[in-house]
Amino acid sequence: MKAIRLTLSSIALPIMLWGGFAFASSNAPAGMALIDGGVFKPLFRSTADFKEVAVKPFYLDVLPVTNEQYLQFVRANPRWQRSAVKRLFADESYLKHWAGDLELGTNASPDAPVTFVPWFAAKSYAQWSGKRLPTTAEWEFAAAAGYTSADGETDVEFKRALLAWYASPAQQLANVGAGRTNYWGVHDLHGLVWEWVADFNTAMVTGDARGDTGLDRQLFCGSGSISARDVSNYTAFMRYGFRSSLKADYCVHNLGFRCAKDL
Amino acid sequence: MSQMSLRANFPSDAGIEIVQPKVNMKRNLLKQLSAVAVMALFANVLGASEAPVKASGVKVIDPEVKGEEHAVLTQAPNVPPPITRKHATKVIVNLEVREVTKRLADGVEYVFWTFGGDVPGSFIRIREGDQVEFHLNNHQDSKMPHNIDLHAVTGPGGGAASSFTAPGHSSQFSFKALNPGLYVYHCATAPVGMHVGNGMYGLILVEPKNGLPPVDREYYIMQGDFYTVGKYGEEGLQPFDMNKAIDERPTYVVFNGAVGSLVGDKAITAKVGERVRLFIGNGGPNLVSSFHVIGEIFDNVYQEGGVLPTQHQVQTTMIPAGGSAMVDFKVEVPGTYILVDHSLFRAFNKGAIAMLKVEGPENQIVYTGKEVDAVYLGKAADKSDSEKRVAELKAAVAEEIKGNPKIATLTKEIQMEKGRGVFMQTCFVCHQVNGEGIPNQIPPIAKSDFFEKMTDEEAIHTVIAGRTGEVVVNGKKYNGTMTPLNYLSDDQIANVLTYVRNSFGNQGGVITAEQVKKVRATTAPVVANQFE
Repeated sequence: MKAIRLTLSSIALPIMLWGGFAFASSNAPAGMALIDGGVFKPLFRSTADFKEVAVKPFYLDVLPVTNEQYLQFVRANPRWQRSAVKRLFADESYLKHWAGDLELGTNASPDAPVTFVPWFAAKSYAQWSGKRLPTTAEWEFAAAAGYTSADGETDVEFKRALLAWYASPAQQLANVGAGRTNYWGVHDLHGLVWEWVADFNTAMVTGDARGDTGLDRQLFCGSGSISARDVSNYTAFMRYGFRSSLKADYCVHNLGFRCAKDL
Repeated sequence: MSQMSLRANFPSDAGIEIVQPKVNMKRNLLKQLSAVAVMALFANVLGASEAPVKASGVKVIDPEVKGEEHAVLTQAPNVPPPITRKHATKVIVNLEVREVTKRLADGVEYVFWTFGGDVPGSFIRIREGDQVEFHLNNHQDSKMPHNIDLHAVTGPGGGAASSFTAPGHSSQFSFKALNPGLYVYHCATAPVGMHVGNGMYGLILVEPKNGLPPVDREYYIMQGDFYTVGKYGEEGLQPFDMNKAIDERPTYVVFNGAVGSLVGDKAITAKVGERVRLFIGNGGPNLVSSFHVIGEIFDNVYQEGGVLPTQHQVQTTMIPAGGSAMVDFKVEVPGTYILVDHSLFRAFNKGAIAMLKVEGPENQIVYTGKEVDAVYLGKAADKSDSEKRVAELKAAVAEEIKGNPKIATLTKEIQMEKGRGVFMQTCFVCHQVNGEGIPNQIPPIAKSDFFEKMTDEEAIHTVIAGRTGEVVVNGKKYNGTMTPLNYLSDDQIANVLTYVRNSFGNQGGVITAEQVKKVRATTAPVVANQFE
């Protein structure tokens, strides 16, 4: 236990220092970055969808939630312990890489992003910490920034790094914060894990709705490219595809989350 | 309601059994229940086991289906054995999606997305009428969600929507194999082209009820095109190149997922006298294959993977992307037969080569091998009539030139014609179309005593360097400036002066480009075209 506490303070301190240094003027909460508002253009849209979505300014966690941070949450909320969780809210893979209910073990580095967590738990964690999950529009808006500008489209170096990650095989998870910060001062939006968003299930309507909206066909076969705003932006294609494969109880090895907060 | 939510809400062993095809849904409940009881009993006698679960929570039983078995899946180039049973059955297919780093060419690695761990995906063999319970398992280490669209499936998306599966999850759907044939299956998750381009394709054979004609050997070969950032053969782990894929400029075109996957020790084999059947697929994503076996002729081609041998004695058969063909032929002569995409730069520069090695005794009647190796020179090819006529004319011209050396290079007429063009672009503005000049401003060059007295060299120099100061022409004084025209080529100056020397009533000779070149060499450079 002592070792874990030490680890926690050793990561918490640099995060707070770093956040304070970079965003002293923005008054962002510790560990969060101010994302100026703007306009998000959804990749997929039918005639019924908005062409653009206004994104109001918000705060976003600089880093994804770590195993260590999630352990704190589980300690404070025993119903989210692995052995206690309701199957309705988390599938069989929930925290499967942890050694025990309150023990990370060798397969879950304290500073690595927490994975194998369902949307329900991510949402609950966000509430517990006084925050919320970002929306798809917010997440995509923040993630669209390159290293040096709010529009990553024009950042050649950023695009190259992005494509390299999507084309590389899945590997052992690195610790959070290793990746380069983007324009907003946020780490790891790309290149580490996929992340839950509050409205993950709006990427595509499933089941019965397909007949009246046609939306769910957009990600399959030919129709997948017809309504895409930027056909060559296949990294966004993949994120939308990934989100639409999920259900709220799914626990996946490379899916974590971070929190957002209103100003 | 999708299969996935269904799974969560209705465990597969729940619900009552109803025979869907035979039941008129408007019947009253009592009739329905009695039918259920009878048919359920019947089904048990026949050995029909767990049936597909429908969205309503009831199981649907296909009365044609007897028994149950697990599909034997094979890795290319191997094919599962022919189906011997004479009835439809329930076939359970378990296919695992894995993202793996493997060899694309010597020294070149690539992250393949696969059905079963290899490219192409596992070969699935079922029989017409079979009820297939398909389980798509996405390995928990996968980065991407995946699904499967089997062209053998009758239904929207070919199973794509029902099999859409997140990493570490499994999807199940069922379909009845209504149509026999050799079908491609592939991933249909966005971006589809990339999933297919990374190797997510394979073949499923739905055997006709009476089977295919027996052969001695069957092999599974599938072509695919790959798009890497590095050029062909560039070593290391090569990422996918979306731009090349969109432009349809593949770096590699290969059989069975890698350069050289079916050559040398890995070649497919047969013995003399055997009949060989190839199940050939083309995953694409872009190219259409011109499939050819060098040194063999296909006895039968089941074009586009249909069930009829639509053509016999075929040299090359075309296989569309997302399509297939079955071919068979008897091998008569031992040796190595090269399988290629006969769109040849793919074969010899991008990897689309495989080998079939045939062992056995020689057959000198069919093929002798090399019998004679001798020197051969041959006589020169006969000339065509046209070539003969040209040769005669050239000889006549040469004879003419011998007697009149002046026409050796260009005739005066040609030079004048070309020179007129230069004059009409450059000179006529001042000297006027007929060379009469402009009174008191521009001296004439028609019937000009001044011009006639000029040597060729002086005339050339004037054109190149221009001229300023007083001149007296035909008794009249002019004091102006002629622009240097040194930008004209040697040929142009020779031609224009020849034109002027022999026009407007002037009588003169020919000025050659050689003369111009000499004068130009001795003329001081003019301050570059200051009057232009």
